[in-house]
Amino acid sequence: MSFNFSFYFALFTVVGLIAVVLIGVGAHLQFLFGVVIPYLAVLIFFVGLLYRVVKWARSPVPFRIPTTCGQQKSLPWIKYNKLESPFTNFWAAVRVALEVLCFRSLFRNTKVVLTKGGPKLSYFSDKWLWLGAIVFHYSFLVVLLRHLRFFTQPVPSFVQLLEKVDGFFEIGVPGLFVSGVVLFVAVTYLLLRRITIPQLRYISLPADYFPLFTIMAIAFTGILMRYFFKVDIVAVKKLTLSLVTFHPEVPEGIGGLFYVHIFLVSVLFAYFPFSKLMHMAGVFLSPTRNLPNNSRAARHINPWNPVVKVHTYEEYEDEFREKMKAAGIPVEKE
Amino acid sequence: MYDGGKILTGLILGVVLLTFPFWYNLGRAAKMPEPELTAKAKQAKYCVEPKSYMKAYHMDLLNKWRDEVVRGGSRIYVGFKAKEYDMSLQNTCLKCHENKKKFCDECHNFADVKPYCWECHLEPKEAKGEK
Repeated sequence: MSFNFSFYFALFTVVGLIAVVLIGVGAHLQFLFGVVIPYLAVLIFFVGLLYRVVKWARSPVPFRIPTTCGQQKSLPWIKYNKLESPFTNFWAAVRVALEVLCFRSLFRNTKVVLTKGGPKLSYFSDKWLWLGAIVFHYSFLVVLLRHLRFFTQPVPSFVQLLEKVDGFFEIGVPGLFVSGVVLFVAVTYLLLRRITIPQLRYISLPADYFPLFTIMAIAFTGILMRYFFKVDIVAVKKLTLSLVTFHPEVPEGIGGLFYVHIFLVSVLFAYFPFSKLMHMAGVFLSPTRNLPNNSRAARHINPWNPVVKVHTYEEYEDEFREKMKAAGIPVEKE
Repeated sequence: MYDGGKILTGLILGVVLLTFPFWYNLGRAAKMPEPELTAKAKQAKYCVEPKSYMKAYHMDLLNKWRDEVVRGGSRIYVGFKAKEYDMSLQNTCLKCHENKKKFCDECHNFADVKPYCWECHLEPKEAKGEK
C-alpha cells in the first residue's frame, strides 16, 4: 500500500468519525453516543480481548524459542546470565516484567547508516524510539488513571495524589496537567517518526496510522475541553458515573466536544481487539520473551507428535534371548 | 490450553484491574451534587454572565479577574446585560453566594476539584472551621 493511501485513509477515517458524531449530536443522538456506543465498545473490548488471549493460549508452544543475549546456563563452571538467558520461570518473569515496565527491547534499537565516501555499513544506537515509546505509554497511563475521577465517587486517594503531582506546576486555572500535553507531544513525535524515516514510512499501513490519529484526536479534544472550550464538568461526571453504575442517564447541556471525545475513545476500545493494540496482552504471551531457556535441562515434548511405538532393547532381548544364547551372543539378563 | 493456569491467572488479574470503575462503585450510592442558591442569588436571576457560561467558565473568569485586578489594577467588569461589577471574589461573588459549603463545595467535591482560592482569600464565615 502506498504511503498516500495508508496515511490519508486513516486520517479521513478519523475525520469522518468526528463528522459522524458532530452530525449525530446535532440530531440529538446524545443517548446513542453517550451511552449505547460506549457500552457496546467496552463489551467488544472485553469479549475480544478474552477471545484473543484464550485463542493464543490454546496454541501449543512445542519448542523453547526465547530470544537471548547472554550466556546460557550449562556447565556449573561457566558463568551464565540470569536475566538475558533466563533458566527459571522466575527469571523469565523478571525479564517479562522489565520488558513491560522499561521497554528493554526498544532500548536496543539500532540504526543502520551507510557512511558517505565509501561502502561502509555502520550501526548506531538509536534511543529515540525507546524514549518516544516510554514517554507515550507512561503519560497515557497517567492520563487514563486520572480519568478515574470521572468514574468513581468518592475519588480514591491515589487518583487525587496523581492529580496533585501531575498538576504540580499550578499553571492557569484549571491547573495544567503535564501528562496530557506530554501525551500529545509524544504521539505526535511517534507519528512524525513514522512519516519521516523512509524505511518506516514504506512499511506503515493504515492500521499503523489509525490508532495514532485516534489517540491524537482524543488527547487534543481532551485538552481543548479542559483548557479552552470548557464543558459542564459536573454534567459530564453525572453521565460517566451513571455508565459505570449501570443507571445510564444523559444530562442536558454537555458540549459536542465531549461527545467527540467519548466517541473516539469508544472507537479505540472497540478497535482494540482487532488491531496491533493487542500488544497490551500480547507482550505477556510472547514465547520469545516468556519462556525460560532450559532446553538443555528439560525435555519439551511437542504436543502434536504422534505416539511412537518403541521396541526397547529389553523387549528385544526378551524376545530373542534363547536364540541369542544359542548363537553365543552375550545377553544382559540370563 | 497450554500453561493455562498462569495465563488464566494473568487474564483474571487483568480483567479485574481494567474493570476497576465498575466494581469500585458497587454498593456506593454516589451523592449527586445539589448546589444551593441563596435567596439573594435567586433574586438576581443571573450571575455576572449567564448561568450556562458560569457553569463551565467561572474558574476562567475568576482567573481573569485576579490577573486584571492584581496585575492590571482595574476593578470594573462589564458583564451580562452591560451591567458593571466590581471585580472581587470577596465583595462581589460572595455577596450573593455566601454559602460556600452548599454552593462551591457541592460540585467541587463531586468533580474532585480543589481550587486554591482559599489559600489567600478568607473563607466565608459559615464554612469556617469545617473542612
